[in-house]
Amino acid sequence: MPAAASQLPRKKRKIGKMAMKEERTAYLFVLCPCIGFLIFTLGPIVFSVVASCTDWTGINDLTFNHFQNYIDLVSDEEFWKSLANTAIYLIGIPIGMFLGLILAMGMNRRIPGVRAMRTMYYIPVISSVVAISILWAWIYNYDYGPLNLIIKALTGQHGPAWLTDEAMVKVAMILFMVWNGLGGTIILDLAGLQNIPRVYYEAAEIDGANGWQKFRYITLPLISPVSFYILITSLIGGMQVFVQVQVMVPDGGTNYSAATVVFYLFQESFKSGAMGYGCAIAWILAIIIFILTFVNFKFQDKWVNTMD
Amino acid sequence: MTATIEKSGSQGGVMSRQSKVANIVITILLWFGAILMVFPLFYMVMMSFMTKNQILSAYFSIIPYPWVFGKYQEVMQKGEFISGIVNSFSVAIPVLLFGGFTSTLATFAFSHMRFRGKNLIFMILLSAIMMPFAAVMIPQYALFSNLGWTNTLAPLIIPGCFGNIGMIFFLVQNKGAVPNSLVEAAKIDGCGYFRIYWKIFLPLMKGAVATQLILWFMGIWNDYLAPTIFLQNENTWTLQVVINSFNSYYSIQSDYALIMAASVIALAPPIILFFVFQKYIIESIAISGVKG
Repeated sequence: MPAAASQLPRKKRKIGKMAMKEERTAYLFVLCPCIGFLIFTLGPIVFSVVASCTDWTGINDLTFNHFQNYIDLVSDEEFWKSLANTAIYLIGIPIGMFLGLILAMGMNRRIPGVRAMRTMYYIPVISSVVAISILWAWIYNYDYGPLNLIIKALTGQHGPAWLTDEAMVKVAMILFMVWNGLGGTIILDLAGLQNIPRVYYEAAEIDGANGWQKFRYITLPLISPVSFYILITSLIGGMQVFVQVQVMVPDGGTNYSAATVVFYLFQESFKSGAMGYGCAIAWILAIIIFILTFVNFKFQDKWVNTMD
Repeated sequence: MTATIEKSGSQGGVMSRQSKVANIVITILLWFGAILMVFPLFYMVMMSFMTKNQILSAYFSIIPYPWVFGKYQEVMQKGEFISGIVNSFSVAIPVLLFGGFTSTLATFAFSHMRFRGKNLIFMILLSAIMMPFAAVMIPQYALFSNLGWTNTLAPLIIPGCFGNIGMIFFLVQNKGAVPNSLVEAAKIDGCGYFRIYWKIFLPLMKGAVATQLILWFMGIWNDYLAPTIFLQNENTWTLQVVINSFNSYYSIQSDYALIMAASVIALAPPIILFFVFQKYIIESIAISGVKG
């Protein structure tokens, strides 16, 4: 390798014409994704910034309305409600991360059928969210849903109105999301755990470390980069929850108690035709996601262990 | 992957009695959890074989009595359902073919060719992944509607054909699978770049590319938000949109067995693919987390 590297500069001068050809070909090869990016991402972003400052309905002309959409958002109760609901749903993330790590640590031992188990935990992750939301809407059914029938059989009491009660609908959504995402967390944690060299544990054992100490001072710091990745991707995904709300509570729930930001944005833009307003909501959402991601990267050195 | 699990366990050496007991307890708990995880899906399959009376009963039951097998046949005779399946494949096939080609071609350029602005272009493309779909979907809708695409499947097909930046990013991270010296040698031998891509790069990357295409297929198949926004014509609805409309339509008639049968069919392709290719899929997902 070093020999090849030292030859490179000399060769490069010699084949200047070929380097030009290489460059031209390379630009051609990356052209398609670049055009796609310009048309379907950058263009829409620019347009959306402009449209968010207008009363655009999708058909009329764009006329500047002095940031009225953003001013309206401040006093828009449904917007704040959907934002608060979205934030409440995020509670599922630490729950899933905690459960996922515990389960992955269990699977990291010599246990029969780890492969089969891992598959079983992972199936909800690859399942169509529409299909499993239809399923869970039935599980949560007040009169005939299996959950309430089981509660009735065990306690003799009728179970809660999972999807129509303003508080229970949030529990229902969080429970669904934890179930839906747990397998993904487990697979990532398991891979992270397998990457921890066994000698660390052996050395700690020689020094007389107990189980908790090994977990606290070896496992936890060395799994933290994986946990960080899970946290970031779950936050970005969690801020954009939509499908399960749309399928399970298509009206947004009693007093809008189940609606999320994307649900509200979808309703405003595509059901009420307030597309300019929808763009403003989308931008607030995008900014919140950027801030969350930025803050996490900013504070990652407080808890994320980077070996290199 | 599985080999490493077993190895890391056995490297522990002689197990004490205490840790044997612990292992048994943990095994039982993990299996209990695993069964709990798949139970809702198992129940869904069972429900698709139940009578309306059993489903709308005040007592919880799992096993159908009697077994009713007709619902799958009934679903498969619904025109919308068949057209949903056809539409989903009509999106997936061209996207995976053309998008797979453009994505791997760009990956080859980013990993094995020299050109000015390479890193800058790569970073700019990467920023597209971080952009939430919600922020671009409204202007995209306006664009597709102005182009007259919203009565066709084009809004789902055309953007995908330009390539998948997530896939490019993942494959560039795995460029180690193709030794640079091999590419350099081919260049010196006067082999054209497209030939290098086609004859050397693709064959060596085929495992990683196939895995990414499978994951992409699952994403297309399971997608609901984009189809529900962009497809204005019922004849173009993809399967996920169809089963959601089945859900609203047939729940009024309390035909839950039919709804569940339709949902089971909608769930099947990704799950079957996952069973067949799980070794590669899990590996590629795990790598994304470890590499960050």
